[in-house]
Amino acid sequence: MAYVAIADRQQELHDPQSFLTKYVWSQDHKVIAIQYALTAFAVGIVAVILSNMMRLQLAWPNEFAFIDPQTYYQSITMHGMIMVIYLLTALFLGGFGNYLIPLMCGARDMVFPFMNMLSYWVYLLSVVILMSSFLVPGGPTGAGWTLYPPQALLEGTPGSNWGIILMLVSLVFFIVAFTMGGLNYVTTVLQARCRGMTLMRLPLSVWGIFMATVIGLLVFPALLVSGIMMTFDKLFATSFFMPALISMGESADYSGGSPILFQHLFWFFGHPEVYIVALPAFGVVSDIISTHSRKNIFGYRMMVWAIVLIGGLSLIVWAHHMYVSGMNPYFGFFFATTTLLIAVPTAIKVYNWVLTLWRGNIRLNVPMLFAIGFIFTFTHGGLTGLFLGNVATDATLTDTYFVVAHFHMVMGVAPLLVVMASIYHWYPKVTGRMLNEKLGKLHFWVTFLGTYSIYLPMHYLGFLGIPRRYYAYGETDFIPNSAVDVNISITIATLIVSTIQLVFLFNLAYSYFRGKKAGPNPWEATTLEWQTPDTPPQHGNWGPELPTVYRWAFDYSVPGAVNDYIPQNQPSDETTGDAHETSDTGGGHQ
Amino acid sequence: MSQEGISNTAEAAAIPNDWSGVVTDWSADKQTFQMSWGKAMMWFFLLSDTFIFACFLVGYMTVRVSTTEPWPVSSEVFALHLFGQDIPLILIAIMTFILITSSGTMAMAVNFGYRRDRKKTAILMLITALFGATFVGMQAFEWTKLIVDEGVRPWSNPMGAPQFGSSFFMITGFHGAHVTAGVIYLSVVAMKVLRGHYESKGYEIVEITGLYWHFVDLVWVFIFALFYLW
Ligand code: HEM
Ligand SMILES: [Cu+2]
Repeated sequence: MAYVAIADRQQELHDPQSFLTKYVWSQDHKVIAIQYALTAFAVGIVAVILSNMMRLQLAWPNEFAFIDPQTYYQSITMHGMIMVIYLLTALFLGGFGNYLIPLMCGARDMVFPFMNMLSYWVYLLSVVILMSSFLVPGGPTGAGWTLYPPQALLEGTPGSNWGIILMLVSLVFFIVAFTMGGLNYVTTVLQARCRGMTLMRLPLSVWGIFMATVIGLLVFPALLVSGIMMTFDKLFATSFFMPALISMGESADYSGGSPILFQHLFWFFGHPEVYIVALPAFGVVSDIISTHSRKNIFGYRMMVWAIVLIGGLSLIVWAHHMYVSGMNPYFGFFFATTTLLIAVPTAIKVYNWVLTLWRGNIRLNVPMLFAIGFIFTFTHGGLTGLFLGNVATDATLTDTYFVVAHFHMVMGVAPLLVVMASIYHWYPKVTGRMLNEKLGKLHFWVTFLGTYSIYLPMHYLGFLGIPRRYYAYGETDFIPNSAVDVNISITIATLIVSTIQLVFLFNLAYSYFRGKKAGPNPWEATTLEWQTPDTPPQHGNWGPELPTVYRWAFDYSVPGAVNDYIPQNQPSDETTGDAHETSDTGGGHQ
Repeated sequence: MSQEGISNTAEAAAIPNDWSGVVTDWSADKQTFQMSWGKAMMWFFLLSDTFIFACFLVGYMTVRVSTTEPWPVSSEVFALHLFGQDIPLILIAIMTFILITSSGTMAMAVNFGYRRDRKKTAILMLITALFGATFVGMQAFEWTKLIVDEGVRPWSNPMGAPQFGSSFFMITGFHGAHVTAGVIYLSVVAMKVLRGHYESKGYEIVEITGLYWHFVDLVWVFIFALFYLW
């Protein structure tokens, strides 16, 4: 019996009726996406406040009584963990993934909407657990976002009782939520595309989010397992990660565990995590750059394979975070090699973005500005990565501010710029209104220049040898006065950058009510989400008929076509005014 | 001239018979694998779950190597005193046998499912679930024996390295939880099969349940080899 593809089968749609089922217990991927995004933003604000507290302390030590060493370490930990996991991962996959995958693939929804809804609620639960650690005795854990044992579990580290347990439990819930969502994203991309939508016609956003989800499904298990083992070490006094040691003058009840094992498990997750954040950003930014330079993305196939290759390689580079942990030098050699290999596909991507811009008909609007900003900060962070990827140079730079500068450039600022770019880009589809352009430009320039004035000087601090994760430096001989001044200027920049985000939030709220009406396709983009019958798209996305796709996602400025863009769902005979045959761009790129 | 979307079913003959054909096939429109959403998702889940168990086992092997005290001899710890002599690993051997048998009954259930023989399918699934429950029961017996008779605790034991107990309870516990979930899953699906719930949808669900069950059995083989036989 011939197998009927599910996309071809008849489906019934049950439109939710009441307010509750429509906006709260919603199974619609678009609503879930917005729930994810709003929650992620809410915790993100907490993380930003924490970073400002740390910066105040670093610039004016002794001035602020409410920041003691304990609070400082707790702030570092919560800031790092929230930013990486609860903000960026949740936003890119739960937020953008949910919104874009079904729309860009031409599906009505995720394949299992109920599970998708559960995913959000479990995520919310994990956030609530995490936040509750601010309220328990001892406060949240101060072990650093890497949570290294033994110190994370020992007396003397802030939050070594309640804080660390809540952190681990919250992570376990997060992983459960991610898995439920992630299985949906992967299955939807692979199994629920519309007619004509081959894998090699997918927009790069989908490719990036897809690959990020795949590596997430493969590496979150390592975090889960290390979290479980560490919880046991704490609750049942097992010794998975805990060697025999003396703590507070007494010998602790542990013996024979391996702290290095934790590091391996953690970084087997932790490094790919960087790419879980970066790959969606790569994908999204490719689509945005192509759209706003009215040119097809340069080297589409290469871009796809680069995403796949980066995802694959990211699984075998983890120990470059452990060069100084006491590893066999041959391992160091292996991991340095794989780390530098990743630079190849990454560099290809950067070249391709630049070549896409090259002689494009660039429309310098806000999303495009942020996208170009991303190319700068990402390239910049990538170059400093080369220093840290080599064992010899890393040995002197590790645990200094050079590292802080590096990872903020490459996985902090760069993905966040893409987040901004995509919000300016897709807000019109989500709400039906444009964001204010003037406020947007102000937001961009202050953010872009501001983050540079935060992180560029940090490289210099790193070269001076100033260690990271220090509450205060006191009178230290090797630290010159210039470093003190630099710290003050960094903090001032931080305060400015953080404040300008309020303008952004204002813009989001204001434009929702007062923004210019957007129409269905304000950027004249080709991808499917701009071709929905309604804006914002209704439940079920496409009305009675699923779309059919005839071409790849990048038909901009095709010679001979009437418009400078041809939507993916437009048949060839409708692209030209007359009956002449155009070269079929879609066919060439299946 | 309108170009049709490429379809991967009707025109299958046109696909070249080499590696480029494989690529074309996989990247064709609508769906990459010719299977239902549920089945595909189960496969992806199992892939992810494989990594969980792999991490557990790698973690266990690492602490076993890193610990400073001697590792208890598993053939002695897991011996049963039967008929006047100690038989090493006998309980585990029986448990393994039961679990593997249950994979057989599961496979038969899948077969009858596709033949739309509701009764046989449901009965075989329930038998499978029963085997699973027996396995969990014997595991409970094994745990009790270790805890009560041998004094093994997650944090220490009289025979040597404390990591023995920690890894044992953690890994077999996690696996046992999988089996328990499987028993529940099997029973629910079996009852629905019996009620004719899948008459219109088809019986692929039996196969999906089976995928999970076979996976849990397969994982056990690794645990058996790496924990009990090493
Ligand atoms: C508002 C912008 C931000 C500022 C001002 C900021 C500032 C800081 C500061 C002061 C530290 C502590 C450095 C130390 O004492 O060692 C830190 C650590 C960290 N930040 Fe940020 N940060 C920002 C955004 C982000 C973003 C977007 C990410 C997302 C990837 C991020 C991830 C981290 C991580 C992972 C750590 C390390 C935490 C640890 O050492 O355990 N930050 N940040
Ligand atoms: Cu890394």
